[in-house]
Amino acid sequence: MPHDLVLGAATLPDALTFAIAAAVTIIGAFGVVLARNPVHASLMLVMTLFGIAVLFVEENAQFLAAVQIIVYAGAIVVLFLFVIMLLGVDRRERIFADALVGQRVVAVILGILVLVEVILLAHHRWVTGARSVAGSLSGSSSNVAQLGRSIFTTYLLPFEVTSALLVVAVIGAIVLSRRPRRRQTEGGAPDALVDPDAPSLSLPAPRGGSAGTGAADGAPAVSPPEEVGAR
Amino acid sequence: MSIGASWYLVLAAILFTIGAVGLLVRRNVLVMFMCVELMLNAANLTFVTFSRVLNDIGGQVAVFFVLVVAAAEVVVGLGILVAIFRRKSGATADDAHVLKG
Repeated sequence: MPHDLVLGAATLPDALTFAIAAAVTIIGAFGVVLARNPVHASLMLVMTLFGIAVLFVEENAQFLAAVQIIVYAGAIVVLFLFVIMLLGVDRRERIFADALVGQRVVAVILGILVLVEVILLAHHRWVTGARSVAGSLSGSSSNVAQLGRSIFTTYLLPFEVTSALLVVAVIGAIVLSRRPRRRQTEGGAPDALVDPDAPSLSLPAPRGGSAGTGAADGAPAVSPPEEVGAR
Repeated sequence: MSIGASWYLVLAAILFTIGAVGLLVRRNVLVMFMCVELMLNAANLTFVTFSRVLNDIGGQVAVFFVLVVAAAEVVVGLGILVAIFRRKSGATADDAHVLKG
């Protein structure tokens, strides 16, 4: 292993920055896993993302650090919070209550095994040193210019595919989260025959102003049983 | 010159482990999504570290694409979660053990 991989020639500010950012990252990650309230978990996730952004800056990836803050903390976590707040998912969870006996213990043991394995693998020389098709980092231009040149020349096709992926994701999200209309056809009978106690597939017609609170108070938005039987 | 790459790699491994254990341990689907984000971030950190060590911009481009895919994944996943919530009241993984609506 090259000497650079192990120690580097870190100055004291660099080492301090790394230590603080690493501590923030790890504490935030533990917070995500251990927080009972999903709102607290998402705020802890923001903390982790900030720590990683600092590490990105430390590694001279300024553009990615900015994108990390803007996209992750600004968009993804806000999306999480919107779903938590709008759906009322923020009930506390008894995280130490086992649903499967011994599942948590096995999970932690497996996690430790993964960690040990990864750290052991890191001691091997699995970096071949072969050049990739992308450019080199050590140029005179800035990080943003280098990244942009690489994305819009070498990786142009994946970039275009990415736009298609985003369109598919947007359409999928709209289709999934659209409030379905009451079933128009009379084809609901087989569902009722299979399992009369199950919540009916067709939702009740949107109830005026109380449509938003129906899901929030935890009451299942299902049709009354007699309506299911009537069909 | 910044600090050695091994520190970053070990940190990323720890972060990945925390995310993986959280994914296995938690029941709330939202928190499980957040744990997936933790694992993706650990992979991103590894990408950037190797990008610096190997003096290659390709790692940072990979992180860029991982960010996009993570955003798309969260959007679709939360859409599915909202759709499940229309039909059932709970948000735990046990509540969604049947795919039938």
